[in-house]
Amino acid sequence: MAAIELRRLTKVYPGGVKALDALDLVIPDGEFFALLGPSGCGKTTLLRTIAGLETATGGAVVIGDRDVTSVQPGGRDIAMVFQDYALFPHMDVTDNVAYPLRIKKVAKAERHRRAGEVAARLGLEHLMDRRPGQLSGGQQQRVALARVMATQAQAFLFDEPLSNLDARLRLEARTFLKKLQRELGVTTVFVTHDQAEALAMADRMAVMEAGVIRQIGTPAEVFQRPANTFVAGFIGSTPMNLLDAVVRGDTLEVAGSAVPVPDSAAGLLADGEKVVYGVRPEYNAYAPKPAEGSSEGALAGKVVIVENLGASHLVTLDVNDVTVQAVVPEGSEPAVGDDGFAAPRRDRALVYRDGELVTR
Amino acid sequence: MAQATSPPDLTRETADPTARRYSVDAAGLGRWRAGAFAAPALLLIAIFLVFPALWVLYLGLTDYRLTGAAAADPKVVGFDNFLSALGEPTFWNSTWLTVQFVLGSAVIGQVGLGFTIAWLLRDRRGPLKRIVEGLVILAWILPSAVVSFLWVALLDADGGTLNALLGTGDYAWLLEHPMLSIIVFNTWRGTAFSMMLYGAALGNVPPSHLESARLAGASGWQQLRDVVFPHIKGHILTNLLLISLWTFNDFTPFMITAGGPDGKSEVLAVHVYKVALQSGQLGYGAAVSTVILLINLVVAVFYLRLLRSKK
Repeated sequence: MAAIELRRLTKVYPGGVKALDALDLVIPDGEFFALLGPSGCGKTTLLRTIAGLETATGGAVVIGDRDVTSVQPGGRDIAMVFQDYALFPHMDVTDNVAYPLRIKKVAKAERHRRAGEVAARLGLEHLMDRRPGQLSGGQQQRVALARVMATQAQAFLFDEPLSNLDARLRLEARTFLKKLQRELGVTTVFVTHDQAEALAMADRMAVMEAGVIRQIGTPAEVFQRPANTFVAGFIGSTPMNLLDAVVRGDTLEVAGSAVPVPDSAAGLLADGEKVVYGVRPEYNAYAPKPAEGSSEGALAGKVVIVENLGASHLVTLDVNDVTVQAVVPEGSEPAVGDDGFAAPRRDRALVYRDGELVTR
Repeated sequence: MAQATSPPDLTRETADPTARRYSVDAAGLGRWRAGAFAAPALLLIAIFLVFPALWVLYLGLTDYRLTGAAAADPKVVGFDNFLSALGEPTFWNSTWLTVQFVLGSAVIGQVGLGFTIAWLLRDRRGPLKRIVEGLVILAWILPSAVVSFLWVALLDADGGTLNALLGTGDYAWLLEHPMLSIIVFNTWRGTAFSMMLYGAALGNVPPSHLESARLAGASGWQQLRDVVFPHIKGHILTNLLLISLWTFNDFTPFMITAGGPDGKSEVLAVHVYKVALQSGQLGYGAAVSTVILLINLVVAVFYLRLLRSKK
């Protein structure tokens, strides 16, 4: 088991596309780390460069205390689960799981024993003679995991490990994977484009855009305090309200209404400054009429759309031609056309200046 | 509409007699008109394929000759031609040379070289790939007469290009190494097909499988053995079947060595031509042709068995 360290890692594809731009990152030993970003942001390239499947144009990859930048993938002591699992169709489960051991010239009896051990741990013991074609998607995924575990590598890399599962199985696999990683304690980097997956599983995560990391932090940090408007817009099952605002003393003028300056930005703003005011719909309290005593600080508008999210509703308000969203618990959702008020939580709202979070 | 989700009305379908007929007669032509459309093609096949094949089977049982009394009045001699062929050293010599020709130029030469080129070019783009592929395919599409002349010009003892290149004086390649000459020639000539087939087959090998093997530390050879070959096994067998049969029946060597010197490159196709048309023993030649047909059948059945056992 080992930490992974990337130093000024750069990858430029022939043709000049810069997939990774002088990227620095340290993933401590045993951490479950998520790389998140929209497609084309470089997250898969980053994972593949750690694996050695892509050669870095510049910078260094250090695994443990070893600089492996110019080491072949097979010599890096890492194991990877591919999006399509990459199980060999002509081999049964035992041979698939034992394959890396076979390449390392482990004797047949020993590698079959180890394959059986790992497979039993993942509940695959009754499937050892099956071919991948005879397994369900979830079983194939566990075989791929078993193969990775059997290598006893220093670090695991998962490339979109859940994306080939159906929605229900994905949730189960998410819990399972997190538990397994906890138990094994192996440094694990996984790539996903699904922010809910990253938030749910990772110890820490990096949000990437165009080859650079826009924020690194725990899921809670990234969710509650996105470092910039890109992360703010990308994270969260409902996108954050990002509203143009002008500083007016202790208040912000947003869409014709006045809201108090959020706690996080208190004392950091100059009067008359143009900023972006951000508040998640979850932290935006909706009310059909202004609450007693705090009528100021709420955004008054008309309900345009109500979307059912299951246990709650997403209400879209038109506030002087600006769209503001709020999450409303079930049972108290308004009707379209109603007048409504959205009061942002002062301790959760954020202010962005030039796209970056204003904070102490 | 509640009815949209109810099961289809089966009674109506069986009540309508046309419903079933259309399922076997999709174009709705009816038996006679469909037969009329197919007849010209069937007729051509019957005249130019089925009849000659049956005719050869019949000729093999006679003492038919190109000239002389037996030409005017051939007699059925039963299996005499077959028995004399099996007792004839030149027949066995030709069979052995054909085996060498097929193994050397098709199985080892074309498959080996074709796969190697396809493997080396698999990730390449740009001019190198296009030039190599272009040259290989050019060798394939040029007419036989042209390439035969080119190879004679290359290997000729008297001012041949190869001698000029190697400075080997007037070394007679075609006389000293007739089999090697036609094997190399046929490898050069036919590699394009295998190269293109393997090029397409390699495109079907999932990159993640190769990468998975690389991460496990597999060498180039181990990647081929564990990932590539299992994936393209069907392609390899189909390729072997086709080019084995094509090479077995190939007559182009005649245009380079004419079977010589002294029968040293007289593969079966050339042998049949020589005994049937140069010596005029049409009955005997037909019998040898039948033997070739049987050998081809055995080869085809062998490969098809392998293909089937794969599934």
